[in-house]
Amino acid sequence: MSTHPHPNRNLNPFTRIPKPLRGWVLPAAIVFVWWLAVRLGWSTSPLLVPVETVLATGWQQIASGKVFSELGASLQRDLIGFAIGASAGLVAGAVLGLSRLAEKLIGPSFHTLKQISLFAWIPLLSVWFGLGDAAKVAFLSLAAFFPVVLNTVEGIRSVPAELIEVARVLRFTRWQLLTRVVLPGAAPSIFAGIHLALIYAWLATLGAEYLLVSGKGIGNLLIDGREHFQMDLVLLGVVVVGAVGFALNWIATRIERRALAWRGRSVASY
Amino acid sequence: MAHAATLAIQHLHKQYTVRGETLPVLEDITLTVQPGEFVSIVGSSGCGKSTLLRLIVGLEADYRGELLLDGQRIVGTSLDRGIVFQEHRLFPWLTVEQNVALGLLNAELSEADKRQAVREHIELVGLQGFETAHPHQLSGGMSQRVAIARALVNRPEVLLLDEPFGALDALTRAHLQQELHRIWKAEGITMILVTHDVEEAVYLGEKVVVMEPRPGRIRRIVPVDLPYPRERGGASFGRIKDDVLSEFGGEARAAAVLAPAAPPAPSGHADSPYALPAGARFSF
Repeated sequence: MSTHPHPNRNLNPFTRIPKPLRGWVLPAAIVFVWWLAVRLGWSTSPLLVPVETVLATGWQQIASGKVFSELGASLQRDLIGFAIGASAGLVAGAVLGLSRLAEKLIGPSFHTLKQISLFAWIPLLSVWFGLGDAAKVAFLSLAAFFPVVLNTVEGIRSVPAELIEVARVLRFTRWQLLTRVVLPGAAPSIFAGIHLALIYAWLATLGAEYLLVSGKGIGNLLIDGREHFQMDLVLLGVVVVGAVGFALNWIATRIERRALAWRGRSVASY
Repeated sequence: MAHAATLAIQHLHKQYTVRGETLPVLEDITLTVQPGEFVSIVGSSGCGKSTLLRLIVGLEADYRGELLLDGQRIVGTSLDRGIVFQEHRLFPWLTVEQNVALGLLNAELSEADKRQAVREHIELVGLQGFETAHPHQLSGGMSQRVAIARALVNRPEVLLLDEPFGALDALTRAHLQQELHRIWKAEGITMILVTHDVEEAVYLGEKVVVMEPRPGRIRRIVPVDLPYPRERGGASFGRIKDDVLSEFGGEARAAAVLAPAAPPAPSGHADSPYALPAGARFSF
């Protein structure tokens, strides 16, 4: 059947576009309308910069290496904060998930803390760590920490009791139970938490640069652009930030899919 | 051939406490299973037959009476007692080979011997060629074969089977019953099969223990003096089947299969073979 598509389907012009390109239709249309708007002089506002100017600014920023050094500073902070937050989250999640005592002792405090908006931590963090890199890294560690803890706890608790019984019948030691049943069983949820943490950390990287303004970073490029009313620079920053977020998400999805291939096709469609 | 053990159950009582009320589950069970014997246990839902198996394998405790394997009181689980559950309970992240090898994780064997035992048992259940498949790639019947191999790879003295084919279709079930019989002959170990399928019980068992519910008691023990392989359509087979069914009263006689405890869980499903009630959790 698939080799003979119904003729009526060709009435829909969208299906004539090759599949991998369909996702580009909307962005292309927006850029086209934008270009048209400038070209036909629909608006003379300085807010509406020509597409060409943005491209030129982008080229200039790439050629001078400025965008890379700003991006590098942000990414470095992002990855350090993510690594700290996600590792701490894994440990805390494992302790909370495995020990009823820990859950009773720490659980209520943790569930209260997680209700606090991430941005509410900024004043406290800036007092403790200043306005430099340390405060930013601390902020995005927190952003990465919470999703990993929650998903790790959730994953450990959802390990089927049936499999735990099999482990008992086969006389697993506690260590074997942890490494061969609980952690692999919790892995899908743990990966989901790490994936979320990666995205949150990147969002928080930008947030931190806005709220703790000092030093280098792609967010500071955006702020500079705004302060100097350089819309081309702002738009360039937005595109770069979006592209990095997209790339991080893509990498995480790839790793997740590979590590969890045992779950079969049900997951590959995500 | 593995050593087969004598299982002696004497005046076994088991009760649960539900919200302060005691609920008797098993009452005065006395049963002796000879080394190498195949015993079927049938009964309708709520007769405690699964609880009996869970006690023998050591997943349940707190019983009164005696539960002896070769004269030793049963405490906790042991590699001498293997079990196959109604759901295959394979580890979805491991291959067939790795799942079977899991049975030998704590066995005192060299790595080479373990590898050989795994290979032999995959062959025993007829799954050569599927060693590196993951559970989501297997059918329900194949998954149950892997579960049998995993339970047998330790060469246990007793193999307990808790409605192992309950979730399978009729054709696969009949085929696996033959296979189980062949494996029992080949391994020479003691097997205790819990089922709600009277035909299955008579086809496989040297004797059929009929249980009655609330509280679970042994109603009658029916010897099956038929040579193997048994003819399901034979007259003497039918007589014994009717004899067992007669213990369940008139309405059950109409249906050869007694009402199952619950609709069989879909087996071999890729997404979530182990749906659990909310709140079920694990803790050290």
